[in-house]
Amino acid sequence: MSSAVISTSAALGRPFIFDAESEPEVRPIAGPKKPAGAQGPQESPIARVFQSSIKNQQSTIARITPASQLEIRPAPEMASSGIPALDALTGGLPRGCLTELCGPASSGRTTVLLAALAAATRRGEFCALIDASDALDPHSAAAAGIDLDRLLWVRCSESPQNHRATENHKINHPGVPPILPDPINNQKSTINNSARYSVLATRNSLHRLEQVLRATDLLLESGGFGLIVLDLADLPMQAARRIPLTTWFRFRRAVEHKLTILLAIEQHPIAGSCSSLLLQLGVLSTQHSVLSDQAEGHTTQDLPAHAHLLTGLNINAELTHSRLERKPARAIAFETKTAWAG
Amino acid sequence: MPFACIYVPNFPVAAAIRAEPDLHAHAVAIFEGKPPLEKIVAVNEKAYALGISPAMTKAQAELCSELALRPRSPLHESSAHAALLDCAQSFSPCVEDSASDTVLIDLAGMESLLGSLPQISRAIAARATTLGLEANVAVASNPDVALLAARGFPGVTVIPPGKEAAQLGALPVEVLFHDSLEGEEKKSADRLLETLERWGIRNLHALAALPQVSLSERLGQEGLRLQQLARGAASRTLVPVEAPLVFEEAIEVEHPITLLEPLAFLLNRLLEQLCARLGSRALATQELRLTLELSNLTGIDDECENADIPSESDGTDTAMLGQKVFTQQSKINNQQFVRVLRLPLPMLDHKLFLKLLQLDLNANPPGAPIVKIHLAAEPARPRSAQGGLFLPPSPEPEKLELTLARIAGMVGEHKVGALELLDTHHPEGFRMRRFVAEVARKTPQKKTSDAAALGSAVAKSAVTALRRFRPPLRAHVTLENGQPVSLVCRKKEVQGDVLWKAGPWRFSGDWWEREAWSRDEWDLALQNGNTIALYRLVHDLLAGAWFVEGTYD
Repeated sequence: MSSAVISTSAALGRPFIFDAESEPEVRPIAGPKKPAGAQGPQESPIARVFQSSIKNQQSTIARITPASQLEIRPAPEMASSGIPALDALTGGLPRGCLTELCGPASSGRTTVLLAALAAATRRGEFCALIDASDALDPHSAAAAGIDLDRLLWVRCSESPQNHRATENHKINHPGVPPILPDPINNQKSTINNSARYSVLATRNSLHRLEQVLRATDLLLESGGFGLIVLDLADLPMQAARRIPLTTWFRFRRAVEHKLTILLAIEQHPIAGSCSSLLLQLGVLSTQHSVLSDQAEGHTTQDLPAHAHLLTGLNINAELTHSRLERKPARAIAFETKTAWAG
Repeated sequence: MPFACIYVPNFPVAAAIRAEPDLHAHAVAIFEGKPPLEKIVAVNEKAYALGISPAMTKAQAELCSELALRPRSPLHESSAHAALLDCAQSFSPCVEDSASDTVLIDLAGMESLLGSLPQISRAIAARATTLGLEANVAVASNPDVALLAARGFPGVTVIPPGKEAAQLGALPVEVLFHDSLEGEEKKSADRLLETLERWGIRNLHALAALPQVSLSERLGQEGLRLQQLARGAASRTLVPVEAPLVFEEAIEVEHPITLLEPLAFLLNRLLEQLCARLGSRALATQELRLTLELSNLTGIDDECENADIPSESDGTDTAMLGQKVFTQQSKINNQQFVRVLRLPLPMLDHKLFLKLLQLDLNANPPGAPIVKIHLAAEPARPRSAQGGLFLPPSPEPEKLELTLARIAGMVGEHKVGALELLDTHHPEGFRMRRFVAEVARKTPQKKTSDAAALGSAVAKSAVTALRRFRPPLRAHVTLENGQPVSLVCRKKEVQGDVLWKAGPWRFSGDWWEREAWSRDEWDLALQNGNTIALYRLVHDLLAGAWFVEGTYD
């Protein structure tokens, strides 16, 4: 099998015209070749039509600025992400651009997100977090050093039907967290429930996604934010993939030439070529300490659970894609610490 | 000492036109009284040209098809009078509230601030027009001369000192009496006018020329007072009023309003008037109170069905702004529906206010047709802010407020804002409050010290964050020696064998409240297929259930 690469111009049937090139030669489609002196009034009507159409095209093209004369886009201003290791890897987060942070659960996406928010609020900027899953933990945010007065938190809510059910639950059972249908305890209708849950979850995801996109549009239009974060980390992949590429292009255009950093965290990259920076995160290992007074005479494996303490994560960050510099993918590792680790 | 007088001719008509600017190009007559004895009390010049005059009956006036007939509205007149006072007080603090349609202003010392007297008088007329009132303005060295000139001459009049009698001479003697006299005063005025008419005295020049003693013998002190007025020689001091800073506008509608679009139209008009009044006093507002008087709703269901307009039950989409029908309830009698719009900062933009009210009403429809709209603004000093060259940009308060209102309409009122941690150990111990984009200047020192402390903390390493599941995921946990070894959850990703665990960490609180809580927390590493993730598992000791509260990420 062979494959051929066809350029866009060729595929669209447009002629390749450059400034230095002379006017292309045009010949009639049919008929014998005529002598040079016989051209002019005796030129065939088809040739005249072709000539005029090409002249029209050229006049149109002449109005377009050639690529060689296009202004070179200045390099975006970079702002600190709040994690020195990441800044060393990427140079920071580019302003006026879209940055994607991808990774599975427990890969440190939220940690990086909170660190970026903390750094932005420390710079005196106002930030917005559009939380598709309503997953922000206020105590983690405070521990990360975010100035909460400067953070606008948009908590995308569930669909109205579920919302009503939750509200009813709150009224009937105050103090007890509302629980959605539990497939474990209802063994008889496990299949129905799981199917129902799946449908419900998809509907919820789409509802939240719609809210995220509209809120992002509104906030980008409003302007004045130093950092706008789209938290899509818990959205199912099939829901996240439903975001049309045109939406990402719109976001990119809206944020362009502004001082706003648009940051999206998700499980897999979804913005395609619209993102200027794509970071893939993954957890290398967990850090946990052993409480000293419990460890005497035991190996780590034999120790009881209360002798362990989660103290942090070792995160691996890989710069997968960057429009700012043409360098091969690089990776770096950094540590995070839990708030109680000291 | 110069004085200015603002006089609004045909005040009831002017008040009606201010409430309904579309009437400006029409012949308008205002009627008053109990049916069927309604009488015309005021007409504008166009109506007068059509042959309509005060004291005609409404039935007679209705024969003229081009005439717009409106009932006299005390609401409109009080609003117009308040606007008149605002107009006057925007030029001088010393203002006399002479009548509902007349205001006197002391202009002493204003020339150096506001320009020459003709300039000031033109500015007063222009300000009155901005506030929706077509007024006559006269400036003279005497308050009574200014008042008579304003009543007698249309437009702007400036009477130079010493020429009062000459200027006023051509005016008819009727200008000496106010139109709105009632009862004994009116009878007395009518008798005087009749007497002067019999004497052939028709203008002020003739009255001024009468001998003083003879006039006093025949008409008494009242006659002398009128002659002094006619000569422009009466002298008195102004009685200034301290007009309360009350900014209210109201409108009554003939037919109950059931749709948001016509309501928005009327609200826009009221907001424009309010903002113009606030602007004339160099004020803004931080709180708008909208009171809608509702009537019973008999027959509205049928009307809506006939109009083929979607009802409230299927109108949950906020995109249907403007076409939303209020909830149809069977019987609501004269209830009041109050919405208060509180702004984080003083603002003065009627378009912004209208959008915010629209969004608010769309989210909280009144529930019945509206018969009266009352809008009040709490005045506040306009904010004075200067952006620094080296400060990071911040959202514009007006734009931000609108954006937040739109987002709140989408996600819910209490789902957008800034976080505030509560003084509790409860895991969800926080509340949402209004997001304000001007926090930097409030506590700069505290923020700086906090930022320095946090900056040093963050320089070391980032803090591992928890992502919460809201609501928490109920889990089925397999225990071994009282410790979790595996868990199953409705979310496929959050289940598997426990690879590593730490805990339990016991927390409890609010035991003195009804919402007491007590729980054991576990930190787990779960293996689900090839992936390993860290979760926080919670055992609710009061309910006896297990939940996955969140994931460390």
